[in-house]
Amino acid sequence: MTRSNEPAVWSLFSAGGVVAAFVFPALMIVTGLAAFFGWVAPAELYSVLQHPLTRVCLFVCIALPLFHWAHRFRYTVADLGLEGHDKLLSIVCYGLASVGTLLAAVLLIFR
Amino acid sequence: MAVHATHDLTREYRRTVPSTWWLKRRTYFLFMLRELTALFVGGYAAFLLVLLLLDQATFASVLKSPVSLVLHLIALPMVIYHSVTWINLTPKVLVIWRGEEQVSPTLILLVHYAAWGVISLAILGLAIWLCGGKTI
Repeated sequence: MTRSNEPAVWSLFSAGGVVAAFVFPALMIVTGLAAFFGWVAPAELYSVLQHPLTRVCLFVCIALPLFHWAHRFRYTVADLGLEGHDKLLSIVCYGLASVGTLLAAVLLIFR
Repeated sequence: MAVHATHDLTREYRRTVPSTWWLKRRTYFLFMLRELTALFVGGYAAFLLVLLLLDQATFASVLKSPVSLVLHLIALPMVIYHSVTWINLTPKVLVIWRGEEQVSPTLILLVHYAAWGVISLAILGLAIWLCGGKTI
């Protein structure tokens, strides 16, 4: 059997899919509609983001969905005619997701 | 010519598929639509990341801008489509047995939709409770 990283990236893809499915629509209503129409005050939303518990949740809500994107996008682009470039696609997709995860961790800890 | 022919004989046959294959059938199109929801899921994660870079004044003006509203209105249906397609797959992935009996796929589906509803209401309620609504 050939060695593969598929189980690891599939787990991240799946976990990100779950987080995005259950949390993103409501979160988008908060940041998109509620903040715009004044149902929530952006300044107060900003201060909620400073709380450590919010930051842990935010890290999960950024990192896992990024890997969800990376995995699905890699295969979608291949399906659209770039199946010969899987190695490059993997590096770009998982690379961007990793950079985003690292950036999220740094920002959430130090800012 | 002959050289090319013998060379080609040893190669694996690959049928070329036009990159518009997903426009050929409704089910293909819906599959591609589902796959493309990942762009909006990733995009929103990136948006959250950008929000972390902003100071309070910029944060407020970004969320109050019409551009933010329009982008959210475009992305929201796609992300909801992700949620629906994702939850609809759960009975296929989660096959649970209670003794000799298989737990009904419909029940698994209902539990997930209920969880989605509860989590969504909790997030919205918490946001409005903590961040004070003027108009509600």
